[in-house]
Amino acid sequence: MSTTRLARAATTHDGMAGAIDMLHRAEGQLAHALIDLSDRHASDHEIHHVARDLAGWSREHVRRLADLGHSHGLDLDPEPAHEVAWAGALKQAGAELLGRRHAPIGMLLADLRNLHQKAAGVSLDWEILAQGAQATEDAELLALASECHPQTLRQLRWTNTHVKELAAQALTST
Amino acid sequence: MQRVDRIAAPWGTRTPYGRGETWPERRDLYLADGLAEAEVDRWVQTASVLHSNGDAMDIAVKDERIVGVRGRAEDRVNRGRLGPKDLFGWQANHSPDRLTTPQVRRGGELVETDWDTALEEVAGRTRDLLAERGPGSIGFYTTGQLFLEEYYTLALIARGGIGTNHVDGNTRLCTATAGEALKESFGSDGQPGSYSDIDHADVICLYGHNAAETQTVLWCRILDRLAGSNPPEVVCVDPRRTPVAEHATLHLAPRPGTHVVLMNSLLHELVEQDWVDHEYVAQHTVGFDELATSVAAYSPERAAEACDVPVAQIREAASLIGNADRLVSTVLQGFYQSHQATAAAVQVNNVHLVRGMIGRPGCGVLQMNGQPTAQNTRECGADGDLPGFRNWANDQHVRDLARVWNVEPSHIPHYAPSTHLMQMLRYVEQGSIRFLYVSGTNPAVSLPELSRIRSVLAQDRLFLVVQDIFPTETTQLADVVLPAATWGEKTGTFTNADRTVHLSEKAVEPPGEARSDLEIFLDYARRLDLTDREGAPLVPWKDAEGAFEGWKACSRGRPCDYSGLTYDMLRGNSGIQWPCDDQNPAGTERLYAGGRFRSSPDDCESYGKDLVTGASVEPTEYQAMNPAGKAIIKAAEFLTPHEVPSDAYPFHLITGRTIYHFHTRTKTARAAQLQAAAPDVWVEASHEDAAAHGWSEGDLLEVTTLRSAVRARLRVSGVRRGVLFVPFHYGYWDAGEPRPDGPGRAANELTSTAWDPVSKQPLFKTAAAKAEVVQKSDGVPSPAPRIAASRPVTGEQDTRGGDPAMVTEDFESTGGVR
Repeated sequence: MSTTRLARAATTHDGMAGAIDMLHRAEGQLAHALIDLSDRHASDHEIHHVARDLAGWSREHVRRLADLGHSHGLDLDPEPAHEVAWAGALKQAGAELLGRRHAPIGMLLADLRNLHQKAAGVSLDWEILAQGAQATEDAELLALASECHPQTLRQLRWTNTHVKELAAQALTST
Repeated sequence: MQRVDRIAAPWGTRTPYGRGETWPERRDLYLADGLAEAEVDRWVQTASVLHSNGDAMDIAVKDERIVGVRGRAEDRVNRGRLGPKDLFGWQANHSPDRLTTPQVRRGGELVETDWDTALEEVAGRTRDLLAERGPGSIGFYTTGQLFLEEYYTLALIARGGIGTNHVDGNTRLCTATAGEALKESFGSDGQPGSYSDIDHADVICLYGHNAAETQTVLWCRILDRLAGSNPPEVVCVDPRRTPVAEHATLHLAPRPGTHVVLMNSLLHELVEQDWVDHEYVAQHTVGFDELATSVAAYSPERAAEACDVPVAQIREAASLIGNADRLVSTVLQGFYQSHQATAAAVQVNNVHLVRGMIGRPGCGVLQMNGQPTAQNTRECGADGDLPGFRNWANDQHVRDLARVWNVEPSHIPHYAPSTHLMQMLRYVEQGSIRFLYVSGTNPAVSLPELSRIRSVLAQDRLFLVVQDIFPTETTQLADVVLPAATWGEKTGTFTNADRTVHLSEKAVEPPGEARSDLEIFLDYARRLDLTDREGAPLVPWKDAEGAFEGWKACSRGRPCDYSGLTYDMLRGNSGIQWPCDDQNPAGTERLYAGGRFRSSPDDCESYGKDLVTGASVEPTEYQAMNPAGKAIIKAAEFLTPHEVPSDAYPFHLITGRTIYHFHTRTKTARAAQLQAAAPDVWVEASHEDAAAHGWSEGDLLEVTTLRSAVRARLRVSGVRRGVLFVPFHYGYWDAGEPRPDGPGRAANELTSTAWDPVSKQPLFKTAAAKAEVVQKSDGVPSPAPRIAASRPVTGEQDTRGGDPAMVTEDFESTGGVR
């Protein structure tokens, strides 16, 4: 094998590993953002509960990416530490105290908007990874992407749905 | 002819019939004061209002007072039978504490006033808020107990006139999941099956549906089939040992919150054993392959563990369903008010689609309602949908509605789905809704987490209007109280859970100054000076029949088509099932015959939602998925419930009903026979749990959740182990004292604020609780009825009504009382 060919293989390999690494981080941040949203809006009960369910999906993606990372020479944390539990509980208590009186619809809208952007980034990262997996004929990675990416799209539809439902009230009646 | 104590024998005497035969008539009659039938001055046609079954009856009138009721033998729904609440509930109309005068709050107190003052205050506040804060500051919360004409008028005022998107009914608590599950599977709301399917079925499955107590006359029909030749097999899914469970071939009592696992495992078996109608699936459905993939992970073994049900029972249930020749399934609150409500209810639809058993005699799904007129709340746009099952996300549908109402399409809010009740309350809590007009419902007892509800409704910045027939826990919080006329005192139509439309005529005058809800809404609209785009009155009608004609025009061409009906057609005859139009002048017994659905992208009421997240499906996605308008087989994965038992709160807490009461007992507690049969709150636990904790019958227990506590006397019943049951009927208006600061008696002190993300129905049956004895029984019995699901686990049913509960039954054959 020529040196050029070897260098290209290494680059390809590094590229894929880099993409996995990046997505692993992004999914971890998305899981964190979902839990954060849930804690901050404990008095918006549907947001509070469903955001936690959706965070579960991202955590599972993180775990599976870490698992698959080994075959790409990566050593990724399958369960990155999140905020300590008491901090979340504090946020929830604060949200319940404040959330029952003041009018934080605008705040919720802003948080959902940020979350949507994060989820859109993750969605694109899965797209990128899937393209790479096809090019390198990495069946395992392609299977992972085709199982996880649809859930990211569902997370995106969820934020979009709530933004749509809240926007008019936030803009016209507070 | 026979006299029967119908408190002791709620289902009366058996009139057995065989498969495919006509259900025999049995005419039930109850007259007060020892009156004879011949002494009655006149009989006035109506149907029942204290449940969703729609039993046709006549009101007996003597000296301008209601004196009794008689079942209508000619009617398709009940063939003359009535349930205990039908027989005795009418007496509440005469209760001396009816609201008879409008009231307004002055200096913190409610004082009596005249209609002009009260309604001017309501209209004035509406006008002020519209000017200051816009239509988003105004909300309407109605019920499942008014008449069609009233809902349609309210929907027109709110959506077409005021232009608010905040309109919902307490149907959100009872039937929202039924409507949503039908939309998800068939593209549009509308009950596929018919009660007459019971006559033809060989297998009947009841999912979370204690029909014996919630729809007594429908249960009579099943009991009469069971007593006849070729009886059906009955499969019961319920955590309590209900009468349905006792009569069932097979009773599955899954752990609360695991319905999706159970249903997925049944579907897993249907696929695995190839009990699938492949031709039907290929021709009339989309989504089967996704379902087959999804349920592959739900083996009976996995379900047995998650649901705590023997694996053999799951296999046997699947085998009964898989080998059924004609299958009927019914679903109610056990599924609708529990974790993953819509996802579970949709899987029942999937069973029928996979088996190709829909739209034929004996092959039907009945996604039930909890209230008498809930169907009309859904149809008329008085809940979270546009009138006539129109699709808010389809501009053509909105334009068509604007044409009917002669308003600008842009004036009808359709930028988002109609705001559901729990979100409206959130807006009230946050102060963006400042005006809430509540009609015919008692949220201060019926909604979850009551301490929160009270604090939301009691806010000074909220202007609360309550329109009702009795003082309630909610009227106490109101700024204006409007006294309404009730059933028997006004004319209108309503539609039961199998699409049967009945006319209900005015029999007597309402008490005092009370007015029909329709009159009140019309007066409100006049005062707001609501007009169409030509400046003519927006609400052109003056009476119920005029409103009905308006509704006929609005419903024409839609799935719930009433255009072929008239008051005259409904007078003197059996009720008629919609759609009733030029093609179906006698009505329609079953929807979706021949696999023809109302689900094409330009016709469907909804493009659907993600069954787990509740996110909306976009129109383009729906178009790609279902271009030809087939039924939609939609899979759903199980999610762990959000509140599960722990060491600190080791029990599942579920709430529910008894046969003798309806809702917060505003009527049934004022009917002596019903109130005596179930006078006070109780809590049920299993024999195993009682033994483990040293509890015995009649002990006063304090049941506590993360929210609050309730005290109630224990009934050791047939409820599954690990589960506590508390009936939700009991509040504070007749407790002899105002609500105490400590433990209460309303079950909803305990429930959590959580709802199904798809149907937005609150989850009353998903809470974790602990319980301890605060006082031993010392011979004081539990006030629970000794009958039906609350029957003592040891001992016979012996709740009796005695002389005041004797009812005449007129029929030809008999199969004995049961």
